[in-house]
Amino acid sequence: MKRALIFFLLSFLTLTSCSLKSTSNPSSDSSALYIENKGSDTIVNLALAWAERYQSEHPDVRISVTGGGSGTGIASLINGTVDIANASRKIKQEEIDEAQANGVSPVEFIVARDAIVVIVNPENPVDQLTLKQISDIYSGKYNNWSEVGGDDRPIVRLSRETNSGTHVYFLETVLRLGNSEDETLFSMDTLLLPSSEGIIAEVRQNPNAIGYDGLGYVPDDLKMIAIAKEEGGAYVLPSIPTVNDKTYPIARDLYMYTDGEPTGVIKEYLEWILSAEAQEIVAELGFVPVGGE
Amino acid sequence: MEKSLNWGEFVITRLIRASGYSAIIFVALIFFFLVREGLPTFGEVDISSLTNIRWYPIEDRFGILPLITGSLIVTIGATLIAVPFGIGTAIYISEIAPRWMREILKPLVELLGGLPSVVLGFLGILVLSPFLRVFLDLPTGLTAFTGSLLLGGIAVPTVVSVAEDALDAVPRAYREGAWALGATRWQTIWRVTLPAARSGVLTAIMLGVGRAIGETMTVMMVTGNAPVLAVHLGSLFSPVRTMTATIAAEMGEVASGSTHYHVLFFIGMVLFLISLGVNIAASSVVFRAKKRAERILS
Repeated sequence: MKRALIFFLLSFLTLTSCSLKSTSNPSSDSSALYIENKGSDTIVNLALAWAERYQSEHPDVRISVTGGGSGTGIASLINGTVDIANASRKIKQEEIDEAQANGVSPVEFIVARDAIVVIVNPENPVDQLTLKQISDIYSGKYNNWSEVGGDDRPIVRLSRETNSGTHVYFLETVLRLGNSEDETLFSMDTLLLPSSEGIIAEVRQNPNAIGYDGLGYVPDDLKMIAIAKEEGGAYVLPSIPTVNDKTYPIARDLYMYTDGEPTGVIKEYLEWILSAEAQEIVAELGFVPVGGE
Repeated sequence: MEKSLNWGEFVITRLIRASGYSAIIFVALIFFFLVREGLPTFGEVDISSLTNIRWYPIEDRFGILPLITGSLIVTIGATLIAVPFGIGTAIYISEIAPRWMREILKPLVELLGGLPSVVLGFLGILVLSPFLRVFLDLPTGLTAFTGSLLLGGIAVPTVVSVAEDALDAVPRAYREGAWALGATRWQTIWRVTLPAARSGVLTAIMLGVGRAIGETMTVMMVTGNAPVLAVHLGSLFSPVRTMTATIAAEMGEVASGSTHYHVLFFIGMVLFLISLGVNIAASSVVFRAKKRAERILS
């Protein structure tokens, strides 16, 4: 029953890329290799693109990719329902403890990098900010663009929902400036939008708005803010080179976790993901490829 | 022959009775489930924390007041829009419009009722909210008012449809009696037809309010979801976060059995109790009005 369901989902997924080969002997060989891959919504498009390409090259392998969030993915790995969990954050110590209590030992792979871009409407004259200024904007200290060198306009803060990995990452890295003791919170009137699309739509039409999103999701018609780590430091625009040489301050690694050292088809798949061919897809989707691994 | 007929009747009666009772059973089961998942909240979160004004679940801040006020302000706004507009439309369709107009309007209104709310939400984000931001000179167009307008729009077809049926069911003799006494058309509508259809019109309002308070997708898309305590009139024009949007946005990601999970069910319980309260209040009004009418008639 479950297998039939998975097969159905997979054949749906691979409809575009696989053609004759996958349909010629759909269920006859029980040796078809399944990989369940679940987790971060930040990575889901990337994971799908990888899965599609990999399946078109290896018709005997079926990879099912679902989103749901980093927490969901890791929880599924702990419960043993997925083979690979995607996460846009490092696994937490509590999660490792919980996994070990369940007989699961997570192994980490860095599969790509992601930069968070702060975006404003092109009408907004502000084009560079320090991390501290962004933190003060989001915590509610600054409420008017004139306080950071812009027009006399109210600031409308946009954020992803609290369950998004991007939200947590932004809170820890930008609002709290990486200080784990810091208890700064988002200003109460921060708009929490359920999707990247919501943030982009609002920034596109509202010159008061400030938002953030993954580098891969920001369209060209919005203005990216150049960010300096400290006051007096260099302002750096987000791009693939600046993320890779670590000069752009809000970038993070994206992870895949497996239960124990991977073997067999999962091992082959992860090795392929770190290959130059798969990392090319990373760049195509606006993420930052990891080199050298 | 006769016996089998009786037997068939027996089965049908039981089936009808069972479907009648099933409504009660389902409500009871749903409530039982909500209570079972929601009540542990009291063991895990202090009352003082629940009545806090800060909702930030990932740091264990579970103040649900902003969510309750958010839902209320959006629903009240939607009701204020949907009720006059809906009943006005119903009166026009049932009492004033010529026959051909009526035959166009009624299906159109019902078609409007079938619009998926996500489509309205999309229109809200792309058209209504930018327009309101410029027109009312607000910092952002994603406000409680935007939600109210759209929810009003969603509730109108429900109100129109039910209220129109109720008005239609008022016997023609009532109107003819009023005209015979020299009442104008407006006097007939306002003093005779509408009061006579009162119970149905109230049901229409109730269903409309129910539709508005329970609506999720549209409000999640257009109200901005900022958990700010909405206590004054200005809050109508700033972002709010409703209970339904909170549950919808956060339930998917929450670890089952955690405090956050229980609080979300607790919010569901509060929502259920508010709906129940509105229902009881409205039916008691209808009941009292009916008694009074019976007294006068007897």
